[in-house]
Amino acid sequence: MSLRGKVAVVGVAESELGEVGTGFTPLDLIGQATHRALEDAGLGKSDVDGLFSASAYYHMPTLSVGEYLGIRPRYSDATSMGGSSFVSHLFHAAAAIDAGLCEVALITYGSTQLSGGGRLVTGSEADPYEAPYNPRYPVSMYALAASRHMHEYGTTREQLAEVAVAARGWAKLNPKAFMREDLTVEEVLSSRMVSSPLSVRDCCLVTDGGGAAIVTSAERARDLEVTPVYLLGAGEAHWHRNISQMPDLTVSAAAESGPRAYEMAGVGPEDVDAAMLYDAFTINTVLFLEDLGFCEKGEGGVFVSGGRISPGGELAVNTSGGGLSYNHPGMYGLLLIVEAVRQLRGECGDRQVPYANIALVHGNGGVLSSQVTAILGSESTL
Amino acid sequence: MHQEAGEPPAGVYRRHLESGRLGFQRCAGCGAAVFYPRVVCPVCGSADLTWETSSGRGIVYATTAVYRREGDPYSVVLVDLEEGFRMMSRVESAPAEEVEIGARVTLRVDHEGDEPIPVFVLRDEER
Ligand SMILES: [Zn+2]
Repeated sequence: MSLRGKVAVVGVAESELGEVGTGFTPLDLIGQATHRALEDAGLGKSDVDGLFSASAYYHMPTLSVGEYLGIRPRYSDATSMGGSSFVSHLFHAAAAIDAGLCEVALITYGSTQLSGGGRLVTGSEADPYEAPYNPRYPVSMYALAASRHMHEYGTTREQLAEVAVAARGWAKLNPKAFMREDLTVEEVLSSRMVSSPLSVRDCCLVTDGGGAAIVTSAERARDLEVTPVYLLGAGEAHWHRNISQMPDLTVSAAAESGPRAYEMAGVGPEDVDAAMLYDAFTINTVLFLEDLGFCEKGEGGVFVSGGRISPGGELAVNTSGGGLSYNHPGMYGLLLIVEAVRQLRGECGDRQVPYANIALVHGNGGVLSSQVTAILGSESTL
Repeated sequence: MHQEAGEPPAGVYRRHLESGRLGFQRCAGCGAAVFYPRVVCPVCGSADLTWETSSGRGIVYATTAVYRREGDPYSVVLVDLEEGFRMMSRVESAPAEEVEIGARVTLRVDHEGDEPIPVFVLRDEER
């Protein structure tokens, strides 16, 4: 059974982003984003009967969100796999809608981690077999992966820096991006080292932010004013939780989630007009470009060099500016969906990718642990 | 060493460390080396796991130097032990930035308070 074309994203929104000020709660940001997304869809909260959320703040997130918003869902899913959770929610919402378990799904997330102290808020427990060595969670885990990729494939710090520079190039075109100043490879290389080989500019931002997406059946979507963006395919995979259990630090489970999504969608990487790849760290983009088939394993460093994923380059990647330069509120997956939908609707202004009909959204969670791929398409792709 | 029924795997592991040894499990079903300790084999699903003692010899698989506000950066590595399992640890006998992937290392059991901690030193410096 395929979910291809069965559901559409009909509303997306961000909450206030960046630094919202003390006193605002994550639920306040969820409220902002949801209100805007429902308005975008031309729907009201009483239409929502499926609720999807994940959180580092609320132990039972769909209960907290449902209560705050006054939504009484008949279907609820708080799948928690880190930053990828929300791409997974999109997949799960499609299955639930297709099965008739709900008709209008709200996926939402919010975090006030910057205003609340400026450090990543995480519910991650320490692994007893890793904790004695004090790896800095999660950057040291990604640093270990980067070290191995550099060792096996000759990937360089300069190539990783190209990822950050490309993200900044896109961020400069996005008025909502948190960091929009010029950034050079040299500046990335000379910035403060956090966990070698990753410097602070190889790492995502720590910001406040939230988002919401409204998903409904393709049938109902056609009755709405908004231009529907269809889910063409999705796939998920996870192989480990802790980095010391990752089978090969140069291959993520995106090597499985990607092909699953492509197969359902009936497209391949060559058909993708814009790719939103969860860039918590610069190494992520390199790994996902490889694992999702945009280039061969080991060639990601070369692929990102020379501005090839920058504005005007060969492949439009993370056109919002990504987790590296636009916004990273602890878990970033929902904002990938927001940007992909806007690209396919042609709403992206200066950063709009011309003739964008197929967008790939790839969420990552934990320490390269959970991988979820979704492929979205405009009406013409059905 | 056999795992007594009712004895938690983490307890057996700890006993090994307290006697200066690195314990791991070997699956009688498929032969896999299993680490961290558990009650079933994550490869084949067998519950027939027996304890063995590692030689302590391994190779650095991945490495990072973790920087802090004050003091030198410290080492975090993944080590592949010769028996076929991988663990997180640190290399203590060299500056963290100089630890290289592929370096041959050997076990030393350190103590932090009462806590025995398996760490590694470069093998050339083995005493
Ligand atoms: Zn086995």
